Amino acid sequence: MALIKDGVEAKDSFVNACHLDTLPASGDIIVSLDQWNDHRDALLARDAQLGVTLKSDQHPDSIADDLQHFALVALEFPAFTDGRAYSYARILRDQYSFAKELRAVGDVLLEQLLYMNRVGINAFDIVGDNDLEQWKVAAADYTVWYQPTNDGRTSIRDLRRG
Amino acid sequence: MYRYDEFDHTFMAERVAQFARQVARRMSGEMTEEQFRPLRLMNGLYLQLHAYMLRVNVPYGSLSSAQLRGLAEIARKYDRNYGHFTTRQNIQYNWIKLDEMPALLGDLAKIEMHGIQSSGNCIRNTTSDQYAGASADEIEDPRVYCEIIRQWSTLHPEFSYLPRKFKIAVTGAPKDRAAVALHDIGLRLYHNAEGKAGFEVLVGGGQGRTPVIAKTIRKWLEPEDMLSYLEAILRVYNLWGRRDNKYKARIKILVNATGIDEFRNQVDSEWDKIKDTKLQLDAQEIERIRAYFASPAYETLPDYSAELIAHGEQNTAFKEWLKSNTAAHKITGYLIVNLSLKSPKQPPGDITSEQMLATADLADHYNFGELRVNHRQNLTFTDVRQIDVYELWQKLAALDLATPNIGKVSDIIACPGLDYCALANARSIPIAERIQQRFEDIDRLHDVGELSLNISGCMNACGHHHVGNIGILGVEKKGQEYYQFTLGGSSTEDAALGDRTGPGFSTDEVVNAVDRILNTYIEQRDDIEETFLETYRRVGMAPFKEALYGAN
Ligand code: HEM
Ligand code: SF4
Repeated sequence: MALIKDGVEAKDSFVNACHLDTLPASGDIIVSLDQWNDHRDALLARDAQLGVTLKSDQHPDSIADDLQHFALVALEFPAFTDGRAYSYARILRDQYSFAKELRAVGDVLLEQLLYMNRVGINAFDIVGDNDLEQWKVAAADYTVWYQPTNDGRTSIRDLRRG
Repeated sequence: MYRYDEFDHTFMAERVAQFARQVARRMSGEMTEEQFRPLRLMNGLYLQLHAYMLRVNVPYGSLSSAQLRGLAEIARKYDRNYGHFTTRQNIQYNWIKLDEMPALLGDLAKIEMHGIQSSGNCIRNTTSDQYAGASADEIEDPRVYCEIIRQWSTLHPEFSYLPRKFKIAVTGAPKDRAAVALHDIGLRLYHNAEGKAGFEVLVGGGQGRTPVIAKTIRKWLEPEDMLSYLEAILRVYNLWGRRDNKYKARIKILVNATGIDEFRNQVDSEWDKIKDTKLQLDAQEIERIRAYFASPAYETLPDYSAELIAHGEQNTAFKEWLKSNTAAHKITGYLIVNLSLKSPKQPPGDITSEQMLATADLADHYNFGELRVNHRQNLTFTDVRQIDVYELWQKLAALDLATPNIGKVSDIIACPGLDYCALANARSIPIAERIQQRFEDIDRLHDVGELSLNISGCMNACGHHHVGNIGILGVEKKGQEYYQFTLGGSSTEDAALGDRTGPGFSTDEVVNAVDRILNTYIEQRDDIEETFLETYRRVGMAPFKEALYGAN
């Protein structure tokens, strides 16, 4: 298990508390949407960073008014074929202007790294240890893009115009 | 036609390198077949009954002669010397070896072709009118917008893991040759009262096991808004399309469940938020792409049709061919010529390497070096000088590409069926062959006239049976192949789904059943001008049912 953030291996300060019955007293944690809704005040009273996980059937509208409280939003991919969170990422970045960490968790494949990157996901929870080098290679798979998105890369249409 | 520029070339080279690496990881055992599957599918590589099948996109059906030569070479080098043109204007190879795939993709890239997104739950090759740019009834060239969509949809970061596959079709003429009402999104170009071109947008059409005719979601869309509006539809679908059951995952199911009015509201609300982003097209970009589709250098020629008809008086075979296999051109002195891939000697849509190479030469000589693949699995030369038509016909006849049956009963659409397809219930190709043999008699063929006959080997409907004037669906009953008939389907501007006649027929009975349907039509029609579809719509199912099942 490793965290890749903004293209490099990063130390993960967060503990995933989604499945814990009692929340740790200190330290950065990631909670589920239910936990956030049920323990909102207690979570806000903690003196540490907070992240929230959106399952693939939990639309970002459900946290639209709370985004200022989160240091990260984790988007869950229950299966690599479930592509809803790609749209969630764009909605969070483009419509809600969420600028902090967007982390992909779950069934995240090497081959999807670039797609995720382009919709605004900047951190990846990856399983397996031999992957790291390959992830770096995959990140360099493409240098040109047809679609304009908000990830800062210049689209081919704009490149053509020089 | 469109030519890759440096950016398209860079993209393709990177794609080939990426897949080569993925294949290497699979071959070395680093990746399991399960992990590899989605990756090969993204490149158009299916595992079928006997071998790997590769589907190569022909963007909106447009090919250069050099590309056709390349495809012939690939058939020779990596397959058994033939290819199969599909109803989605693509070409398929049936006998591909995995370890040769990287080299094959490299060869394809050299002719600016690939199999990206020809499979998988993503936006597939956008299809269009095979007569685009040439037909007398065209309002605006749809290829311009197809190309813009091609670029936008290629490896779209947000829409590559949709609930299910997604197909877009564009037509620029009132006569719909692209079956836009049977696609997830259909775009219909027309002129508004001020003479400006824009789109009617249809959504939620499709075939498969739940056939649906698309509904109009917008009566008018400015061309500049095309990508933002498409993106809004795709986002609503990606968010809310069903993912729990793959048979209910297409956008047609979502549109029907949501209701078109509510669906439209959802799309509009999404569209409002993205309308003024970089997705917006401007006139400059549209004109830049349009320049690629500039007309070829037409000459000023006299109308030569009287001479062609005179030729026909001398030669009945030519006369029949001229009548059925050509279409009117927008420029005087030119004609559109269809090459039939429906000779009784070959399965529908199949073409040998030799035929491809010879066709490429003919395209250079008679058709400005280009050709089209059309959704009825034939080829089209869009810009032939009338004065060359007789000579071209002779050469096509020598290649067995001049069967005079375009738009006739033996111009059959058939899916691969049980001969190749792992999902099939029944064979399609042998049924098509038998029907073609029965209707080899040209007089009978032309007496029956305008008619589409479509065959699918299972309810997935790859052979478009729902929208054939006569549709044949292969089913399996107690280990036997049976064929059910539908009548009255249409895929054009008056799109309709066919009606079931009743119980199916065994393999031995199918051809006789077709015969009886046609005889009934001939008895019932007002005159020879009334087509099969018109007669069916006027008299209804009863007389056909009686002819098929007797009077009870
Ligand atoms: C032999 C391999 C093939 C397989 C395994 C296959 C599989 C399928 C499946 C499962 C569907 C149903 C999809 C749905 O309803 O959601 C489908 C639909 C379709 N396929 Fe194929 N197919 C094959 C070959 C072809 C060929 C050769 C053509 C063209 C001649 C074709 C054209 C289509 C079309 C037009 C549809 C229905 C249109 C729609 O998407 O609504 N397929 N195919
Ligand atoms: S209709 Fe059925 S049998 Fe025919 S190609 Fe499609 S999936 Fe195969």
